[in-house]
Amino acid sequence: MSNAIDHPVYNYRIVRQFSIMTIVWGIVGMLVGVILAAQLMWPELNLGLPWTHFGRLRPLHTNAVIFAFGGCALFATSFYIVQRTCKTALFAPRLATFVFWGWQLVILSAAVTLPLGLTSSKEYAELEWPIDILIAVVWVSYAIVFFGTIAKRTTSHIYVANWFFCGFIITVAVLHIVNSAAIPVSLTKSYSFYPGAIDAMVQWWYGHNAVGFFLTAGFLGMMYYFVPKQAERPVYSYRLSVVHFWALIAIYIWAGPHHLHYSALPDWAQGLGMVMSLILLAPSWGGMINGIMTLSGAWEKLRTDPIIKFLIVSLSFYGMSTFEGPMMAIKTVNALSHNTDWTIGHVHSGALGWVAMVSMGSMYHMIPILFGRKQGEMYSIALINLHFWLATIGTVLYIASMWVSGIMQGLMWRAVNQDGTLTYSFVDSLEASYPSYFVRFLGGSIFFIGMLIMAYNVWMTIRMAPESDATTQPNAA
Amino acid sequence: MSSLSSFWHWWIIILTLGCIAGTWLLLKLNQVSVKPADNIDDPTTGHEYDGIQEYNNPLPSWWYWMFILTIVFALAYLILYPGLGNFKGYLNWTSAGQWQAEQDQATIEYAPIFERYGAMSFDELKADPEALKTGQRLFANNCSICHGSAATGSVGFPNLRDNDWLYGGTPEAIETSILKGRQGQMMAWGAVIGEDGVKQTAAYVASLSGMKADAELAEKGKTTFATMCIACHGPDGKGNQLLGAPNLTDKIWLYGGSPNKIEETIRSGRFGQMPAHEELLGKEKIHVLAAYISSLSSQQ
Repeated sequence: MSNAIDHPVYNYRIVRQFSIMTIVWGIVGMLVGVILAAQLMWPELNLGLPWTHFGRLRPLHTNAVIFAFGGCALFATSFYIVQRTCKTALFAPRLATFVFWGWQLVILSAAVTLPLGLTSSKEYAELEWPIDILIAVVWVSYAIVFFGTIAKRTTSHIYVANWFFCGFIITVAVLHIVNSAAIPVSLTKSYSFYPGAIDAMVQWWYGHNAVGFFLTAGFLGMMYYFVPKQAERPVYSYRLSVVHFWALIAIYIWAGPHHLHYSALPDWAQGLGMVMSLILLAPSWGGMINGIMTLSGAWEKLRTDPIIKFLIVSLSFYGMSTFEGPMMAIKTVNALSHNTDWTIGHVHSGALGWVAMVSMGSMYHMIPILFGRKQGEMYSIALINLHFWLATIGTVLYIASMWVSGIMQGLMWRAVNQDGTLTYSFVDSLEASYPSYFVRFLGGSIFFIGMLIMAYNVWMTIRMAPESDATTQPNAA
Repeated sequence: MSSLSSFWHWWIIILTLGCIAGTWLLLKLNQVSVKPADNIDDPTTGHEYDGIQEYNNPLPSWWYWMFILTIVFALAYLILYPGLGNFKGYLNWTSAGQWQAEQDQATIEYAPIFERYGAMSFDELKADPEALKTGQRLFANNCSICHGSAATGSVGFPNLRDNDWLYGGTPEAIETSILKGRQGQMMAWGAVIGEDGVKQTAAYVASLSGMKADAELAEKGKTTFATMCIACHGPDGKGNQLLGAPNLTDKIWLYGGSPNKIEETIRSGRFGQMPAHEELLGKEKIHVLAAYISSLSSQQ
């Protein structure tokens, strides 16, 4: 395909750093997830200590997998993709270095403050105000590096993957800054700037778009590069990418109120949130169609190339969870699903099936190249294949068990006797959920083991790298 | 419900319809059916990024129509239901209205059952297995969160099966407790009798239940008890159900019976609160509940 000589020297150091940390934080975040799944099964595992209590480890898990694992994967791939598709080295490489160390500092601060119980109590935005300010500074620096690189591109157009990264970077900045607005009372405590139902709405405008722009738009950017690259096929439809990109970013931002159905939020806002969530189905699926159809003409690679398997199966989970999401946003469905494990299952079909698997596929493609080897030269292809099956089986067990327990909980909570009393108490539904909790723990553990195998495979690949990786790709940083 | 100012009303309508119309326009403008023959020589857009080329296939028609369908559904929904600012929708639906309708329906459906129970005496209810079953469900839904699903209580929340009653164990007294609620206040004595006084009195209180206690301390505590405590707990420590003062001689401890816990109770006081349920549940349901709770201790 492209010839290796006709391009400037890319800055791979920053990409390598973020790639390695993607795997490190993936292991940490998923391990905490497995511990939490075990605690739900065997509550004594919280050890009776405040720092290891479910309520404190849970935000640690979500922050670690979304912002540490997912975040590092996005930084790594976006810096890699933007250079290669713009045919130019990174703008402001020192600022990029700051982005790396700043982001690691954010993660470490989260890992310390959350177990200590310091929290703003906003879901997915728990970190207290000094850390929030650091995040904003790092994020703006990231934007400068990314947009600067786009500006100095030597290609005539901007590749579709970069549109998604642009949308993701701008929107996350706005979401983070607006939702984190707070009045500090001390270095470690602040209160939200917004009152009551407005606060709830701002929070879920943020919360849902953290999913929409961080976990969807960003990772679609990843998908738009690594799927055609690994499949060695042209992207299926430029036109489809234009339509679904603009539709996705225009509609996603409206969907937040579906987290607040049947609440103090005014009816009109709930109604708008619901219909916009439904319109979101087609724009979401546009990405899946474009990714999967890119493989047409090369379907046989699904049998032989485990990296393609990762990428295509991740798109299938993406399609499934972006169908499930709009359905759960319908008020009558939400009346059953809200507050049940169904929501947890839905999130993980996106998080494990889509976000984690597309990142893993991308890393397997990128890591040999980053460490001076040729594309496809991971230490062991068989281990990638094993990882693929562990990740798939783990995800399926996780989602299926949460469907069972979630729908069962929803039905038990609404069951009414002939005298109008509730048939089951809360404890009844909890007891009935234990078998599913065990299967969830099992699925999560299998997924985690896959991650350990990936770490081993990556470690061995790096060790096998040629002594001077400068021969093929000198450092620019 | 307060309504939006006309600025916000139109702001919402224009943004919403503008966004939906823009999306529709985006779709419409890109709905082309490219015949393969038109560009058979070069099916790609001509761009290349790091070796990646792009085809320009038309939008899949099933996807296109699915998109249109969701837009049509959204517009229909916004005509029928609230969504566009202050516009209420042609069905006049509100979530509060739906809640009220369900409540009214439930009243029509279930009121006769509870009217019948409400007219029955406690003895009749306790002899009626169906009524007791209803009582048990009411208990599981409303009471178990504090008193436990087996009604055996927890620290600060009385056990309802042990025949030990703070405010009386007749079905009538239980009914009053549920209807009107109870507030059990134990004064904080630390500042009045000092730390020594707390330890001595605690030792004496422990001895009342025949528990191990330092005899010397207990003897001193007896004097304090006689001046400070008997007003509520009585001269023999057997309590007073009119005041909700617990019996201190029965080895049943609402807030724990270890020396430390007894001292803590005397030093800092306790404030127990049973909320009133009359407004929440209504008299008839509480009548059934009282019969059920009364039946729990008579079983033993």
